[in-house]
Amino acid sequence: MVDKVLAKSDSFYKIYERNTGANKESTHYCPGCGHGVLHKLIAEALDDFQLRERTVLASPVGCSVFAYYYFRTGNVQCAHGRAPAVATGIKRSLPHSIVISYQGDGDLAAIGGNEILQAANRGENITVFFVNNAIYGMTGGQMAPTTLVGQRTTTSPYGRNPGNEGFPIRMSELISQLEAPVYVERVALTDAKNTSKARRAVRKALQLQMENKGFSLVEVLSACPSGWKMTPVQAKEWINDYLIKQFPLGVYRDRSESVPAVESKRFVFQSADLWTKLDIPTQEPFASGGQPCAGPQDNPRIKLAGFGGQGVLVLGLMLAQAGMQSGLHVSWIPSYGPEMRGGTANCHVNLSHRRIGSPVVSRPTVLVAMNLPSLEKFETEVAAGGLIIYDSSLIDRPPQRKDVQVLAIPATEMADQLGNTRIANMVILGAYIALTGCLSKESITAALPEVVKRKNLVPLNQQALEKGMEFVVSSKH
Amino acid sequence: MAKQLIKGNDAVVKGAILAGCRFFFGYPITPASEIAEDAAYYLPLVGGVFLQAESEIASINMVYGAAGCGVRTMTASSSPGISLKMEGISYCAGAELPLVLVDVSRGGPGLGNIGPEQGDYNQIVKGGGHGNYKLIVLAPNSSQEMCDLTMLCFELADRYRTPVVLMADGFIGQMMEPVEFPPPVEHLPEKPWAIQGDALDENRIITSIQLEPELLEKHNQKLQEKYALIAEHEVRYEDYQVEDADFVIIGYGVVSRILQTVVDDLRSQGRRVGMVRPITLWPFPSVHLAEVAAKVKGFLVVELSNGQMVDDVRLAVECRIPVHFYNRMGGMVPSTEEIAEKVLTLLEGR
Repeated sequence: MVDKVLAKSDSFYKIYERNTGANKESTHYCPGCGHGVLHKLIAEALDDFQLRERTVLASPVGCSVFAYYYFRTGNVQCAHGRAPAVATGIKRSLPHSIVISYQGDGDLAAIGGNEILQAANRGENITVFFVNNAIYGMTGGQMAPTTLVGQRTTTSPYGRNPGNEGFPIRMSELISQLEAPVYVERVALTDAKNTSKARRAVRKALQLQMENKGFSLVEVLSACPSGWKMTPVQAKEWINDYLIKQFPLGVYRDRSESVPAVESKRFVFQSADLWTKLDIPTQEPFASGGQPCAGPQDNPRIKLAGFGGQGVLVLGLMLAQAGMQSGLHVSWIPSYGPEMRGGTANCHVNLSHRRIGSPVVSRPTVLVAMNLPSLEKFETEVAAGGLIIYDSSLIDRPPQRKDVQVLAIPATEMADQLGNTRIANMVILGAYIALTGCLSKESITAALPEVVKRKNLVPLNQQALEKGMEFVVSSKH
Repeated sequence: MAKQLIKGNDAVVKGAILAGCRFFFGYPITPASEIAEDAAYYLPLVGGVFLQAESEIASINMVYGAAGCGVRTMTASSSPGISLKMEGISYCAGAELPLVLVDVSRGGPGLGNIGPEQGDYNQIVKGGGHGNYKLIVLAPNSSQEMCDLTMLCFELADRYRTPVVLMADGFIGQMMEPVEFPPPVEHLPEKPWAIQGDALDENRIITSIQLEPELLEKHNQKLQEKYALIAEHEVRYEDYQVEDADFVIIGYGVVSRILQTVVDDLRSQGRRVGMVRPITLWPFPSVHLAEVAAKVKGFLVVELSNGQMVDDVRLAVECRIPVHFYNRMGGMVPSTEEIAEKVLTLLEGR
């Protein structure tokens, strides 16, 4: 009695419409090729677990590039070797789906070596089917990373020579060394016994993904009679006689019992409270109203420079933040990158009643120099009638320019007296606003908590600001 | 509306999330790293995914996978990283995937440096990847535009089912300016073509392969028709003091900000100089430039590259007026004074 009707799996298309050739009934695979068998094992598992409707197949470059002709699932065709990365993007955006990365040996073990290792190492909750036939079948039989030593291919015409191209890579062993993978097994499509083991492995790998247990990989030793120039029967014998010796069958990793099954969650797009979550202010902070300053100090173009760690960038930020809160147009550009670490730092700040054109300050109307190299480097750039403020505790010579206003302030000493060298920048800020009237003390006070992230330092910064202001006021008398 | 003083790179991420992007796949690189860092910080807070990929190649392919599933997704990098992504970009264009790619470009060739440069113009605008594709390319010149144009990138990507690039330079990425953020996009467009992990997926496919030459030609023609539509509708530029100008300077990104000051300075000396700033580098404002060319004596194109955009300007004006060129490279940025001097030299025929 026949109790089961042998029919094509429901997870295959009934007619292969996507195949542009004449034959829409059977696959393009050669007689004896393992792809057809593996396709069947996967499709039947999808049927049995009722996964077809939520399965997405990432297909590679190689003979199985046309897997999307056959699998009646979501299909995404990938660049050579990139299927695990593409599968990652799919799984992360459709966590409820079952994502299969179907790859050949060139795809997985050569050009996509990093993608597979890293996806495995992340424990992506995907299932990888790795067809290892020790050759590049689709492109006409070139050497693969899994080609056996001595094996002749079109690009190893004298046989694979380990001295030139290294040894065949055992990917299952390699991947099973990583911590994250849940299940790694190597099987072979040869006799009924091995094929039955392969069937179990395929089902297990898919089931683990259903349970969201993590990354699994099934390496399938598979015949390529055309590439190997053998009959299908010879090819299967060759797998048993040679391929399995290099690539022993078996379970290389299985920690499926110790990983708990979890429910998959669909991605849900939400846009509630976005401004709050993105730290976007919904209310104007205190604004004091920007007053135009008299003479050359209106719409200042400011360059600030010193050693890294002197707070030059923060000083610039304070000016920009207070300027913005005063209703001015502002811009701030830092020197950026590695030079910030240890070397010199500088930034360019514009405060203006008009829309700001160039944010780059090439002819500053104000130069703040917190060390000698900065003064030496930028002094000549200052516009005639401009202002140079320098830290006279660190710079022992005054500027040579005679056509600019100069303020020498022992900012570092004053900061030290307040108990923190690092607030010399605020001393200078106080001096600047007292001297030019460009920004109000209130606007700086309002900007302080926006810029100084450690709230307990705000009062000290405020003190330094006032010291700087007092210095200018008392010097005027 | 409250303003926030913010770096261009930070504004990109906030703009992207406001535009509905919830999936970021990237790899750190100066001067674009703040984008990955902010995405890593904010995306988990809004129910999204940030993943630091193992490489630029992997990250663009992750974006390919996510975009194929219909979500708003992006990646960001800087010049050498963009070069690595080129393979994936070609696949994304071929498979007609909507996604956003940010290039905060830096000095090259090779490892170059991290200074602001525009040497990526050709690789981005002319296509560094293989095949007959175009990318919509938007070039912001302020922190505000880093937000606004990022949001526009997502809109255009979905409208035309095509990758869109936000091409900034190191200065625009690192500069802080006040930004007014717009309200979030609450409803994303339906994408019936995208893989959704449901029963209808059997009729959906994301692919760029087409073995039959007749069919691949047809696919290419369809792409070209789409590009023609984009060229017709999406050209963007800004004119500054062009109306009565008899000489016009042209630049994009941070250069256009410098040129604006040059125009102001020269106008204060009684020179009738204007500026045109291409906002879309593709589609390029060729028609507009040709119209402007009919009214002025000459153009000066200023670039932080070796003469890449100037080719497009010359094609646009078809030799009707002289198109002069001035550039700096390697992370050097011209001062307003040196450009003004160049313009004066040209005006006086010195």
